[in-house]
Amino acid sequence: MDTCAQLVILTLAAGTPLVFAALGELVVEKAGVLNLGVEGMMLTGAVASFIVTADTHSPWLGVGAGALAGAALSLVFAVIALTLLANQVATGLALSLFGVGLSAFVGRGYISVVIEGIKPLSIPGLSDAAIVGRLLFGHNPMVYLSLALFVAVQWFLHRTRTGLVLRAVGESPASAHAIGHRVIALRYAAVLFGGACAGLGGAYMAVAYTPSWAEGMTAGRGWIALALLVFATWKPWRVLAGAYLFGGVTLAQFQAQAAGVAIPSQLLAMLPYVATIVVLAIISRDATTIRLNAPASLGRPFHPE
Amino acid sequence: MSRTTRRMTLATIAACALALALPAAAQDKGPLKTCFVYVSPISDAGWTHQHDIARIQMEKNLAGKVTTKYVENVPEGADAERVIRDLAQSGCKLIFTTSFGYMNPTLKVAKQFPNVDFEHATGYRTAKNVGIYNARFYEGRYLAGIVAGKMTKTNIAGYVAAFPIPEVVMGIDAFTRGMRSVNPKAVVKVVWTSSWFDPGRESEAANTLVAQGADVLTHHTDSTAVVQAAEAKHVYAVAYHSDMSKYGPDAQITAVTHVWDKYYTHVAQTVLDGTWKPDHVWGGIKDGMIKMGPFGKAVPQDVRDLEEKAEAEIAAGKLNPFTGPMKDNQGKLRLTAGQTITDDALSKMNYYVEGVEGTLPSGG
Repeated sequence: MDTCAQLVILTLAAGTPLVFAALGELVVEKAGVLNLGVEGMMLTGAVASFIVTADTHSPWLGVGAGALAGAALSLVFAVIALTLLANQVATGLALSLFGVGLSAFVGRGYISVVIEGIKPLSIPGLSDAAIVGRLLFGHNPMVYLSLALFVAVQWFLHRTRTGLVLRAVGESPASAHAIGHRVIALRYAAVLFGGACAGLGGAYMAVAYTPSWAEGMTAGRGWIALALLVFATWKPWRVLAGAYLFGGVTLAQFQAQAAGVAIPSQLLAMLPYVATIVVLAIISRDATTIRLNAPASLGRPFHPE
Repeated sequence: MSRTTRRMTLATIAACALALALPAAAQDKGPLKTCFVYVSPISDAGWTHQHDIARIQMEKNLAGKVTTKYVENVPEGADAERVIRDLAQSGCKLIFTTSFGYMNPTLKVAKQFPNVDFEHATGYRTAKNVGIYNARFYEGRYLAGIVAGKMTKTNIAGYVAAFPIPEVVMGIDAFTRGMRSVNPKAVVKVVWTSSWFDPGRESEAANTLVAQGADVLTHHTDSTAVVQAAEAKHVYAVAYHSDMSKYGPDAQITAVTHVWDKYYTHVAQTVLDGTWKPDHVWGGIKDGMIKMGPFGKAVPQDVRDLEEKAEAEIAAGKLNPFTGPMKDNQGKLRLTAGQTITDDALSKMNYYVEGVEGTLPSGG
């Protein structure tokens, strides 16, 4: 039973960077903007959070810096893609490449630095007592933050008026504009929010999950987050499920390997991707749902007349 | 274009080529320009870091006689060829290419620059002006295994590895044999991450191994994540490539580190003396190409003595980690009593020895 609790804790920990990045991008795409720069923003967030943590010894200040850095980079995207109306796909790809390079450059002097990261909660009598206690109180504080983000995004998109307008902007910016909503301003806000979330995902990697800085340390998680969103048909709870599924299967295949299961490791390495795609494709197999959930004007530039 | 101008163009090209070739031949005076190509950025720990500290040390050893230059983060393949050619053109007289994937680019460029000497790390093809060098990392793995075998309480070691290639497999096998030489009950569990560098995954693999009872971890991947994970989980770790005690002050019990400075100094000196010949060097503990990292605080004196004794025996050529009888983990006898493994068999190693759990992914 103890290993079970341990496994759940590890699974949530492994899925959390994806939760941050994918939820942020969900809001961006719901507003009809496709920002493929997630990987670059995550890395920028990671390096910024690490540098601030190393210099101030406050990991939470670092997390804040990570979110700001991610948002700052996404602002570059917003200006180019939303104001200057450049192609969103090309701009996003360029942003990713830029973020990878920028973070590597900025982080040069910090590769060797050791920091005191954010540790998993340990509340005496709760986090270490029973299994329930460990499951409820044994996670890294940033895992709770990601869950709070999930609740907030779900609530915002489906329970608030602004959320409704945001979705309308993603469906038909021309109509939203016609009835007086400020399409571009809202899209700017969404892109900045997405950037901040990606930055948080990176910050989680750099100051909580594996407290260190190394070039390219997110190792493609930004791209996985983007794919996750499509397979989850832009639904927050499916994004959450997909992220944990991905993390869980990654761990499960390591477990299988360590237990000496005779399946080639190359095959097992594919498993997280295959399982996530298959499961999400099955839940989302209904074509109508996909049509209804995919933002109709995703990736199309909008220019108010 | 008329006939005359075409001929003139050709003549100009020929003249340019001559002009380019001449200074290269005439520039033999002055310090030896030695250049390095690195596959990753120079960081604080890892493969490239070890090459770079050796470069700096060589420059010190041969002060005034050599100058050095390096290009870091060069992808293997077409880019590498361009970088190596640029270096050769810019007057480098001795070029070290420090990654396996530079083999063909190095050979190609070497053909075009017969006056430049090349040294390629971890490859297997030499040429008139291309020597190769590598280290017997497995000797260090065996010694680390001895320390791990003595320090483990659960008798389970966890090994986070990147890809099942002979280089990695011989490390796993040597580590296992080292462990079992002092602790016959010890077993090694292996997890493959299918990536040389992914700190998140390496740390997940390490945590999984700890959850399955491993209390000593080691790795054949490029980040410091495994040592950090060991520190966080309060288990022991054996670092690879570099000393990582900074990342795991309590966890690290020892490290297998690569030391190239002696070799680089030697090669540069022979080039200066004009006695350099392309060679196939596979050095080990004896040649100082591998050094064991500092022992961790937790390692008691008798274990340190045991390791140092074995180290001396390997250096003296009296101990080979792969000496029979040696069975693979399917029970097949691979070496009969007293037989030692050949270099050829080592470089093709595709099986787990007794004591490693599971089956090797490549099916060996």
